[in-house]
Amino acid sequence: MDTILQLLLKGISQGCVYGLIALGFVLIYKATEMINFAQGELMMIGALIAVTFTEYLQWNYFVAVVLTILATGFIGLLLERSLLRRMIGEPPFAVLMVTIGLGFVLRALAGMIWGHDPQELRTPYSDAVISMGDVFVGVSNLVVIGGTIALCIALFLFFRYTRIGIAMQASSQNQLAAYYLGIPVKRIVAFTWALSAGIAAIAGILFAPLTAITPNIGFSGIKAFAAAIVGGFGSLPGAIIGGLAIGIVEQFMQYNFGKGLGDTSAYFMLLLMLLVRPSGLIASTQKKKV
Amino acid sequence: MRFVLKTNYGRDIDIFKHRAHASWYFVLIAALLLAPLVLDVFYEKQLTELFIWAIAGAGLMLLTGYSGLVSLGHVAFMALGAYIHAILYSRGWPLFLSIPTSALITGGIGVLIGVASLRMTGIYLAIATLAFAMIVEKVIAHWPALTGGHSGFRVDDPAMFGYSLDSSTAYYYTCLTALVLVFFGVINLLRSPTGRSFIAVRDSEISAQAMGVNLLQTKTLAFALSAGLTGLAGALYAHRIGFLFPDAFTIMTSIMLLMLVVVGGLGSLHGVIFGAFFITIVPQIIAIARDWLPTGIAQSGGLEPLVFGGVLILFLVFEPLGIYGRWVKIRLFFSQFPLYRKKTFLRQKSYLKTERVH
Repeated sequence: MDTILQLLLKGISQGCVYGLIALGFVLIYKATEMINFAQGELMMIGALIAVTFTEYLQWNYFVAVVLTILATGFIGLLLERSLLRRMIGEPPFAVLMVTIGLGFVLRALAGMIWGHDPQELRTPYSDAVISMGDVFVGVSNLVVIGGTIALCIALFLFFRYTRIGIAMQASSQNQLAAYYLGIPVKRIVAFTWALSAGIAAIAGILFAPLTAITPNIGFSGIKAFAAAIVGGFGSLPGAIIGGLAIGIVEQFMQYNFGKGLGDTSAYFMLLLMLLVRPSGLIASTQKKKV
Repeated sequence: MRFVLKTNYGRDIDIFKHRAHASWYFVLIAALLLAPLVLDVFYEKQLTELFIWAIAGAGLMLLTGYSGLVSLGHVAFMALGAYIHAILYSRGWPLFLSIPTSALITGGIGVLIGVASLRMTGIYLAIATLAFAMIVEKVIAHWPALTGGHSGFRVDDPAMFGYSLDSSTAYYYTCLTALVLVFFGVINLLRSPTGRSFIAVRDSEISAQAMGVNLLQTKTLAFALSAGLTGLAGALYAHRIGFLFPDAFTIMTSIMLLMLVVVGGLGSLHGVIFGAFFITIVPQIIAIARDWLPTGIAQSGGLEPLVFGGVLILFLVFEPLGIYGRWVKIRLFFSQFPLYRKKTFLRQKSYLKTERVH
């Protein structure tokens, strides 16, 4: 029983990270129908920037968090302005390849700037452990879960009540109509990239205490991608649900059948989902007829 | 400018458009046949590698460039081809049987993916193949009884009819023969009704269906052929590296293959050769450039991905038709010399190509 609870908590916190990265995928997909394969790398950059602020510059943790989110968001904005805006109207495959190339470049640059040695992000809650009976839970894991819930609520309020949030919804539903109504679609798209990079940074900051940070942690972006598809591409709650599903299944498979099957379970779930229900758990997009 | 007088419809699908066209290819083949006489062993090995990449690239080009199906997991077929061949060969199968068998089995696995691909489009298919590749990689790593797992699998030296093909020259000719056969086959396939139905499916599935193309059959065949060719390349690659281990076939190789077809030029077989040339020569250029760069940059392992990723982005943004597209432009510039206009190749952009219903 305790093991199950422990695994469940670990799975949920891992799943939250996947969900957060998936959220970034879905945001960009909804706004521009582009798939950003470099989302995992943006998370990695966010984590490394946070390390720079807290470890090298010795800033206050909370100041560092805010600045990291802003800085990563700014990187997202720059990427959109300099690169992705040129790709509007190109076939989806070309855009996908551009973001794959971008992932390579970001990973290589991160390796050059921060090196390939594992780094550690020290947080005020790093070593704290809470025990409930026989179950020991790292506070880091709880912070991941809490942070995800808070972010989801914030995003919900943002999309529901702010002008820019509603404008983003409008332009993702119908770009042309939004444009006619006077919504600055280009600026909205740029803002979406910034937002999505910011979310990736939050995912990075939350994920960092759970693991050692190397330029290669961006690869968990692929699992997050599986999460986005399992949840139903194009659905924000779906991304989180898919992330949780993958995180939990992964932990249990790993515990019962070893690391090999644990690592691949995300891909098995992805394949199964694509074969059985390609639109995902929460279907939101319909196929065009002709 | 050259004007080709076509006197019958068959001329439209001729392999060679005119005499001069054909003679250039004979010069190329002759040069490749004579190359081992003058070349160093190092360059011979590099060319062999180029041939193997070109075979795998032809497989992926058939799928991505001609049928419009994107696969991010082609390395899986390469790995399967390599391992199946190595295992059969180590159990005493002759080379001329085990290589085609491995290509056939890989093609058969491609059929399964092809059937599944009918349900998925575009990005979803790309991701599904990526997942497939991840799973294959793990299976190879965690099945030591058959594949040797992480400790690797030694590939026996190639030999056929009692002759050893182990020397770099002999293997050069083996791979060259395979490449020429593959290209001849693919060129012929592409000018047949089957190949043209691939292209029709790529350009518009709905209009292809309306013209009577069977989608399931076409897509499955495209996947099977593509997987088979990539498996063949994998089998040849097994002897090239001599020792198989799971890390030789990672997702990176898949991306390299995609890079090959994109940088070379999507939808052209010339592009395959240009692309193969590109991905064999760039690591060499980087190795030379390391001596000139400041040590901090030169020593970091990220130089190669950085260059590959950067070049890929530059090509997609500035020359989506790849090296072949650039070559076509240069050729037209000279053949129309003072009259060349840049706008000839102006691409039409749509505001947003959507797959959603509004």
